[in-house]
Amino acid sequence: MSAATATTAPAPPRPRAGARAVPSRIVAPVAVGVIAIGVWQFLVSVVGVSDYLLPSPAAIGAELVRFLPAIVSGSAVTGGNALLGLLAGSLIGILLAAVAAAARPVNHMLAPIVAALAVIPIVALAPVLNTMFGADSQFGRQAIAGIAAFTPVFLGTLRGLRQATPVHRDLMRVYAASPWQAFRTVTLPTAVPHVFTGVRIASSLAVISALVAEYFGGPRGGLGGLISTYAAQSAYARSWAFVVGAVVLGLVFFFAASRIERLAARGVGPHR
Amino acid sequence: MSDVTTTAAVRASGVEKVFPTRAGEVHALSDVNLTVAAGEFVSLIGPSGCGKSTLLRLIADLDEPTAGTLEVFGKSARRARLDQDYGIAFQQAGLLPWRTVADNVALPLQLHGVAPRARAARVAELLDMVGLADFADRFPDQLSGGMQQRVAIARALAERPNLLLMDEPFGALDEMTRERMQTELLRICAETGAAVVFVTHSIPEAVYLSDRVVVMSPRPGRISEIVTMRLDDTAGRTEDLREDAAYFEMITAVREALHGEAVVLRGVETR
Repeated sequence: MSAATATTAPAPPRPRAGARAVPSRIVAPVAVGVIAIGVWQFLVSVVGVSDYLLPSPAAIGAELVRFLPAIVSGSAVTGGNALLGLLAGSLIGILLAAVAAAARPVNHMLAPIVAALAVIPIVALAPVLNTMFGADSQFGRQAIAGIAAFTPVFLGTLRGLRQATPVHRDLMRVYAASPWQAFRTVTLPTAVPHVFTGVRIASSLAVISALVAEYFGGPRGGLGGLISTYAAQSAYARSWAFVVGAVVLGLVFFFAASRIERLAARGVGPHR
Repeated sequence: MSDVTTTAAVRASGVEKVFPTRAGEVHALSDVNLTVAAGEFVSLIGPSGCGKSTLLRLIADLDEPTAGTLEVFGKSARRARLDQDYGIAFQQAGLLPWRTVADNVALPLQLHGVAPRARAARVAELLDMVGLADFADRFPDQLSGGMQQRVAIARALAERPNLLLMDEPFGALDEMTRERMQTELLRICAETGAAVVFVTHSIPEAVYLSDRVVVMSPRPGRISEIVTMRLDDTAGRTEDLREDAAYFEMITAVREALHGEAVVLRGVETR
């Protein structure tokens, strides 16, 4: 034991907060990724798992580079559909939630519709909308992304609009504030972080929905359509390269929405 | 304005409050008669469920009495609320966390259309009064509980009310902060000349602050006794009072009134 201690270099002093050291929350996931890809490559090139079962990371990487322009343009198509759907779905969700929060009967009227929208299977709706709006229209996909985005935003907003604390409501009454003043001063600022939590959840759903909707016909060019096309041609490595593109697109949406959520929460969160 | 000094700040006669609940009616207040003179400091004290907070909420027109009449400066409680005749502070500071300290204090002024320049001047004055001038641009969650409560008091004083309603404002504070806040409150009241109705469940706090202590008892909530403090004028009280024999006598008097024992001490009147 003492010999082992003697040969080990003295432990470096613990880095103080703010010291320039790469934090483990970056090192750990990167290490996991590198090891996983290494094991994967080893399985394919040394153990000999066949290419159509599991394309090697190197092959996927090569296709990724070769088809980068197509992946980028495909991301633009799918991302555009998702973004449009997200914006429209969020807007409608916020407006309807505001009405539902203001009038209880409206809330009761909307509840079953929202429940129905929440459980609509995208795979079932996509072929219907694609057929309805024609093979050359992106509208069906945008509508599906919008439907997927609507529910979390609606529910988040409705919840947020009811979060005003009793003491704040008392305060508004004490100051004889008009309903509009009370809404602007207390209800709305309380609701905003909840709205953007809904938008953050909706952002991922919108991308996935826009992507999956492309599997069921309609114009080519989106990531989802190309993934299914290349899979059908047995070009698995190429198909996986487009999947990587889809993951990146989903992450871009998620991080952008998370960033906006944090900015919105800063208004009411800790200010240290 | 001259009649403000002669009209009673609060006059309650025969006030009843019944809350309907699923388990039947709860008689929160029964036959409450109380007059608070202008500039007078009155504490409401009693065990949980004695209706002291309910009475305060009725005065503030946050609830309405089931029966009886309640006047604030000779008007209905509702009229007084609409006229902004009182300021109020709750047990929770109730600050808006997304507004700075200054913007929180400015809230009532802003809601009532005071021009930005006059608003800023008044806010500076108020923050000075509660000793938070250096914290104007901070947010509430950057302040200690005692500082937040001082912001809430500054906000309650923003429109120079002649009546201050306080519902256990120091209830969540530690004892040392609490004593300091009490002394500051007396100083502020002396400066503003406002009448105060102060809900508390601390006997020393009630005695230290008040001209009169209203002792309440539960089921149904009612006033069981009103004890007049035979102490210095509230404006002249300092920390020294906490070690004064007269102070302890008054604490004993209030405690005995609370526990319903025969009170034979001098300086106690039963109404």
